[in-house]
Amino acid sequence: MQDELTIETKQATEAATNDNNVVIELEHLQKSFEENKVLKDINLTLCKGENLVVLGRSGQGKSVTIQCIVGLIDYDEGSLKVFGKEIKDLSEDELKEIRLKLGFLFQSGALYDSMTVRENLAFPLTRVMKMKDEDKINQEVEDVLDAVGLKDAIDKMPGDLSGGMRKRIGLARTLILKPAIMLYDEPTTGLDPITSKEISQLIMDLRKKYQTSSIIITHDMTCAKITGDRILVLQDGKFIAEGSYEDLEKSQDENVNSFFK
Amino acid sequence: MLFHTMEQTIKSGIYKLLEKVGDQVNFFFSFVRHLLRKGFEWNEFIRQCFIIGYKSFPLIAVTGFILGFVLTLQSLPTLKDFGATSYVPGMVSVSVVREIGPVIIALISAGKIASSIGAELGSMKVTEQISAMEVSSADPLQYLVVTRILACTFMIPLLTLMADAISLLGGFVGSNLDNKVSLHLYFNKAFNALAFSDLFPGVIKTIFFGFAIGFIGCYHGYHSNRGTESVGHAANSAVVSASLWIIILDGIAVQLTNIFAYN
Ligand SMILES: Nc1ncnc2c1ncn2[C@@H]1O[C@H](COP(=O)(O)OP(=O)(O)OP(=O)(O)O)[C@@H](O)[C@H]1O
Ligand SMILES: [Mg+2]
Repeated sequence: MQDELTIETKQATEAATNDNNVVIELEHLQKSFEENKVLKDINLTLCKGENLVVLGRSGQGKSVTIQCIVGLIDYDEGSLKVFGKEIKDLSEDELKEIRLKLGFLFQSGALYDSMTVRENLAFPLTRVMKMKDEDKINQEVEDVLDAVGLKDAIDKMPGDLSGGMRKRIGLARTLILKPAIMLYDEPTTGLDPITSKEISQLIMDLRKKYQTSSIIITHDMTCAKITGDRILVLQDGKFIAEGSYEDLEKSQDENVNSFFK
Repeated sequence: MLFHTMEQTIKSGIYKLLEKVGDQVNFFFSFVRHLLRKGFEWNEFIRQCFIIGYKSFPLIAVTGFILGFVLTLQSLPTLKDFGATSYVPGMVSVSVVREIGPVIIALISAGKIASSIGAELGSMKVTEQISAMEVSSADPLQYLVVTRILACTFMIPLLTLMADAISLLGGFVGSNLDNKVSLHLYFNKAFNALAFSDLFPGVIKTIFFGFAIGFIGCYHGYHSNRGTESVGHAANSAVVSASLWIIILDGIAVQLTNIFAYN
């Protein structure tokens, strides 16, 4: 019995270092917008179940990086693999399939503002999953609203919600398809410290509940501290530092250090 | 030096124009591809038809009425001199159904519908709602673009026919200001003057006008840039190019009708 257990744990650690466990892999990724070279040499791996935080000043290309990952922006050079598949080489249908496993929380929430919260959340179920059963749809919508703690907002219009509520509803709409990977674009920016902390906590709860791997873009150090297993710092189109929160806090590099002050 | 910069400007202007044309051709083919794909969004299509019809009807109705009314009042004095007032109903119906109705209604719809589609899709683009649909594999082209273009193609002809009918009513009211005419007689005269070769080309070309309105509105909205000012820009260029297209298409339609219908 004892032996079996040790074997199992050993296998688990092996698997953790195995390539099969890498869900996203970026190698030497480059992207320019006309003259503006935004990404120069991006290397990144995201493992299963990991929370990776990306720090970086405004305009450094953090949003561009994760938009490349979901195929919203085409990259120029380098390789970008999600679940081992090169995004650039995928057909439209293959890309659709991969996107089903990816959740993307937009910086602005990106709620459909002509629809109520309920319709916003039901949209992916009816359009993408082709669900027809009203009761089942309502059940799922209520469950996911419960998960983000906003059950009362179900019949409101997005215009009537506060910034924090919009982010949560945006999060709920992404979670309703139960993605394996979550990409968060500044989940806490523009929110008060208490709400930010709640959202960071929510990210952790959701990982536990749905076993997602995540990339979290933020400038909010509290969020980085709560959510990050590993932190990368983006500067001038490259990652200039990598490590745990505690490692980076001790860094001598001024560009890294300045985030922790 | 001056010549050099002029050459540069012209070159880059032509380059940009070609790029735009290429973009639009591309957009047209993706429209066709998504149209043929299974899972047509009937609900959204019907909703769009309702919005287009319901929101534009009052404007179209007033325009149609005034069209017939004014045309009658303008032509009555001249025709009276020749004792030809009995030709007024026929003249109004033929000119409205054949040419004035389709073109004026299409131009007004360009202002009303193309701009609102451009602004709506533009603001969805700017606030990343279209990206959000794309990322969740919901196919925004099929859901937003195909439905709107088809709804315009379907509704503009209907709206035009309604406006044609209402303009006859306007003509009737105009005639009655001058001299009492019975409704029965007026409409009899108006319809007797109409031939199949007046009605048919008039309706067919509105289908193309409708398509142009939907297509141009969607194109400008869907391709608007980042930043909020681009929403206004999208609405504006949608109206301008949709109007231009309507006039060009009308020119072509008139030529074709002359060749096929009146020979
Ligand atoms: N679609 C685009 N077209 C042209 N330039 C773009 C586009 N998207 C981003 N950029 C440019 O790329 C650079 C990086 O933008 P990005 O949005 O990734 O910054 P960011 O790191 O996310 O900043 P923030 O923290 O403010 O969100 C900026 O200079 C921006 O102007
Ligand atoms: Mg950003």
